[in-house]
Amino acid sequence: MVVEAGHFSLILALFVAAAQAVVPLAGAARGNAAWMAFAKPAAISQFLLLAFSFAALTQAYIVSDFSVLNVVINSHSAKPMIYKITGVWANHEGSMLLWVLVLAGFGMAIAAFGRNLPPSLRARTLGVQALISVGFLLFIIFTSNPFERMLPPPADGQGMNPLLQDMGLALHPPFLYLGYVGFSVAFSFSIAALIEGRVDAAWARWVRPWTMVAWVFLTAGIALGSWWAYYELGWGGFWFWDPVENASFMPWLVGTALLHSAIVVEKRDSMRAWTVFLAIITFALSLLGTFMVRSGVLNSVHAFASDPTRGVFILVLLLLVTCGSLALFAWRGPTLKSPILFRPVSREGGLLLNNLLMSIGAAVVLLGSLYPLFLDAVGGGKVSVGSPFFNAVFLPLMVPMILAMAFGPMLNWKRGDLIGAAQRLRVAFAAMVLGAGAAWVMVTDGPVWGLVGSGLAAWLFVGTLVEIFERARHFKGGLAAGLRRLARMPRANWGMTLGHLGLAVVIMGITAAGAWKRESIQVMKPGQTVTLSGYDFKFEGARQGNGPNYFYTRGTFTVSRNGKPIVTLEPEKRTYPVRGTPTTEAAIYPLFTGDLYTVIADPEKDAKGKETGGYVTRLYFNPLVSWMWAGYLIMVFGGGISLSDRRYRIGAPVRKSKAAPVNASAKGA
Amino acid sequence: MKRKHKRLVFVSIALVLLAGAAGLMLMAYEENIVFFRSPTDIVEKAPVEGRRLRLGGLVEEGSLKKDGTTVTFKVTDLSNTVPVTYTGILPDLFREGQGVVTEGRFQGGVFVASEVLAKHDENYMPPEVAEALKKSGKWKGGNGANSK
Repeated sequence: MVVEAGHFSLILALFVAAAQAVVPLAGAARGNAAWMAFAKPAAISQFLLLAFSFAALTQAYIVSDFSVLNVVINSHSAKPMIYKITGVWANHEGSMLLWVLVLAGFGMAIAAFGRNLPPSLRARTLGVQALISVGFLLFIIFTSNPFERMLPPPADGQGMNPLLQDMGLALHPPFLYLGYVGFSVAFSFSIAALIEGRVDAAWARWVRPWTMVAWVFLTAGIALGSWWAYYELGWGGFWFWDPVENASFMPWLVGTALLHSAIVVEKRDSMRAWTVFLAIITFALSLLGTFMVRSGVLNSVHAFASDPTRGVFILVLLLLVTCGSLALFAWRGPTLKSPILFRPVSREGGLLLNNLLMSIGAAVVLLGSLYPLFLDAVGGGKVSVGSPFFNAVFLPLMVPMILAMAFGPMLNWKRGDLIGAAQRLRVAFAAMVLGAGAAWVMVTDGPVWGLVGSGLAAWLFVGTLVEIFERARHFKGGLAAGLRRLARMPRANWGMTLGHLGLAVVIMGITAAGAWKRESIQVMKPGQTVTLSGYDFKFEGARQGNGPNYFYTRGTFTVSRNGKPIVTLEPEKRTYPVRGTPTTEAAIYPLFTGDLYTVIADPEKDAKGKETGGYVTRLYFNPLVSWMWAGYLIMVFGGGISLSDRRYRIGAPVRKSKAAPVNASAKGA
Repeated sequence: MKRKHKRLVFVSIALVLLAGAAGLMLMAYEENIVFFRSPTDIVEKAPVEGRRLRLGGLVEEGSLKKDGTTVTFKVTDLSNTVPVTYTGILPDLFREGQGVVTEGRFQGGVFVASEVLAKHDENYMPPEVAEALKKSGKWKGGNGANSK
């Protein structure tokens, strides 16, 4: 019964979304206040209906209702409860339901927090938001219905892929979706602004926090995905330039550019059309990301849903949204044109450079990801474009970017002084040389780019500190006076500082883990020791046993340095009988200087199939990996601090021409 | 600086950056784009030694031999077979008779793989492998990439 109610409520949500798309947009066009006001209750009820629908599906998973096809395929009664619940979105249908739920959630948030928006802008934004909802609800109901029944119900489910039975992976899609879908808000605001033909500082001030929310979630989602790949795939790597990783990275790059260009619109009323364009592209890339994951067109380690009809449906949706909004942009965009009121060397110039490099970076990733598809379509053969390509193209592009990142905040608006800024940054120059030099002394046999990365990380870190130091006016008048000045600094500035510092730490982590990784693969018998980067890994032996729903081979390693024991690591090789699939569970011990990472495989057998008593083992020392995770945390935290800036919530400048209707609508809505 | 001059400066900065990116891509293209070949492709047209490529097909039944950390096996599209050696731990889902994609270089007629690719799902057949099998006329499964 609950399942039917959930299904019904899903269909009802489609009709509510359709009404929410039509009525407020028509109302805004005709200046009908009552029609415009319809958007708010519609957005709230759409969210509540979808929330109920999602809850109904979750309930079917919790009680293991095997009359629902989706539960049969993706769940099993023997699965731990927490993974029954996360299993709701670990499959195609459920994850799409989560997608629209998040979309409706953002719609409701606009309705709830948008009290100081002009009524026509709010109505149009919610209308556009609902149009996207309609598209995706049609997609779910017609091609991916999670409520489909299976009668008679089988005795038990078909389990879930054991690789997916993992906390990191369970949390990764919701964060990623909150990021992807979060950019729909900036998109809807942009389309609404294009219809109104008006983008100004107030508009940018409304859009910025929403973009920041999406950016924070997307950053967290990418970090979680990377973390999962690191400990679960058992290869000691954290980023593979896999099409699905690229799919989340492209909106991140353009979204970061959007975050920076919206500052220029808000502070200087310049780069308006460009910002609207970026908002459209960011969301289009988010949709492309959904398409790439959900259609299975790209050969990827993640591609587990492949159904051509679904792919075509999302592709059509993607083309409609992208082409439709770009056509609108081409038509209405010229009205937003803003004069260039700044010199190339200025704060605006720095932000523009960031935008250019981020966009070009995203274009490179896009071309690399789609090239195999394109070549195959024209009959040019099957190719794969992997990490060597992306590393060779993307990383050099980021060098000028990071150099410019320390300069940007040091420049004045409108007209900056490059030589003066360079003089103020002399400590950062020194840090760059020291960083690269220290790396050279400590790791004598590493690649050159390891030195470049260390130097850049030190440059960015110290350069950002210099800016903060100047804001404290060099702590003139004592430490307390300086701190008081910093305490008065707007929270959004702290966001920038932490974001840039966090990136510097991430760069250091990526550089060290990428350039100076040590690995060793060998057959080990109990009692043998292998030394890696000064750490002695002693293999104590292995044993077999049973977990809750799997068998395991568990190896025991004791790791010591100079005879001092550090930790005992127990990697496992598991086999899940429900599906007969094995998985590798690496055992990792994070140290400040790097991670000790151990993997064990099946017992070694000789030619006659007899066990020799040895095991194939993989040992890694991955330097500074925890720095990377810490850096992501700092970036996400910085975004959160920035969001708490009071200026985003109160005192948003009211549009002069529309001051009166704003207040009226606040009461009316 | 006049407005026109400013625009010129911005446009030229953008063009320089774009040209730089395009240059990097062309340089990377030669070295880093990896073509996929089936065993039949290899037998019909011998590849250049030392050029990186991907080889895919089925792991031939009974061909897997382990010697310490070095494994040798044969990749087949049921018409032709190519011997492969690999040093390291094979992915969890590697099995005889199943689809596999390996990446590496030819050295003296043997394909030395640096990577053996794993998939999330044991039922998953890499699409290139499915197509290679179809081309050699030995495909018995359905038409999707998901059929065994």
